[in-house]
Amino acid sequence: MNSLGPHADFIVAAYAVALLVVAGLIAWVLLDYSAQNRLLGDLEARGVKRRSRRKKPVIDA
Amino acid sequence: MPLIDLANPTRFLTLCRRALPWLAGATAIAFAIGIVMALNAPDDYQQGATVKIMFLHVPAAWLSMFCWALMSVAALGTLVWRHPLADVAAKAAAPIGAALTLMCLVTGSLWGRPMWGTYWVWDARLTSVLVLFLLYLGVLALYWTADEPSRGARGAAVLILVGAINLPIIKFSVDWWNTLHQPESVLRIGGSAIDPSILNPLLVMALAFLLLFVTLLLAAMRNEILRRRVRAMQMLRAQRA
Repeated sequence: MNSLGPHADFIVAAYAVALLVVAGLIAWVLLDYSAQNRLLGDLEARGVKRRSRRKKPVIDA
Repeated sequence: MPLIDLANPTRFLTLCRRALPWLAGATAIAFAIGIVMALNAPDDYQQGATVKIMFLHVPAAWLSMFCWALMSVAALGTLVWRHPLADVAAKAAAPIGAALTLMCLVTGSLWGRPMWGTYWVWDARLTSVLVLFLLYLGVLALYWTADEPSRGARGAAVLILVGAINLPIIKFSVDWWNTLHQPESVLRIGGSAIDPSILNPLLVMALAFLLLFVTLLLAAMRNEILRRRVRAMQMLRAQRA
């Protein structure tokens, strides 16, 4: 690796900012996914079902 | 699977479950290669080692515009075709685009200070990118503050389509006005003006950021579909109570 020269502080700061932004985005999608899954699990445990999951009424001929 | 089948959110979730691990792996590999190439790239004869900031700044700038273009197509899908995933895509993409635009602005400032002697100047390129960032914040505000999600979606779609006017302004600002920002040096008529020893790491880093963007977008869309299911079930529960 080459030396970062007299402006090393600016280069390191730019890479640190990029790392922070990328890590923040990854954390956001992971935490949001677990939060939505938890909420879905809670609702299903309370017996709430989506319309597509509910049993269709049986119509006798 | 025919493309039209992906309009079904359940099938889209199945696709996400299969594709996300592969996309995440490809992103990690692309970044590992890109960062090694970036750190070993030679210094620029004028800018010295600060050219390494370009490997972050330029992909972030490209993706900030690509993301808005993608949101514009999704906005058309919301307003014209009422595609079930169109608004999901626009809403999921907005925070990612805002974060990448912020990254572009901050890394640009950190590059500008040692090269131009200033963090910021109100030239056409910098100002139009700042406007893009403010537009992203406006879209997010519309989504987050709307009392009825469908009203927020329509408002955001209109703002996205109006904001698309800013994309050619950003792209051609360095040609139309005298700017401190340098003119196009990669995507230009006559080919790239950058030496392959610096261009190649840039292209690999751009690919890595593109893979990251697609991975995050699919994951955020999956989360948004789940959020809408939760909302529908909560309303159902409230109706029964």
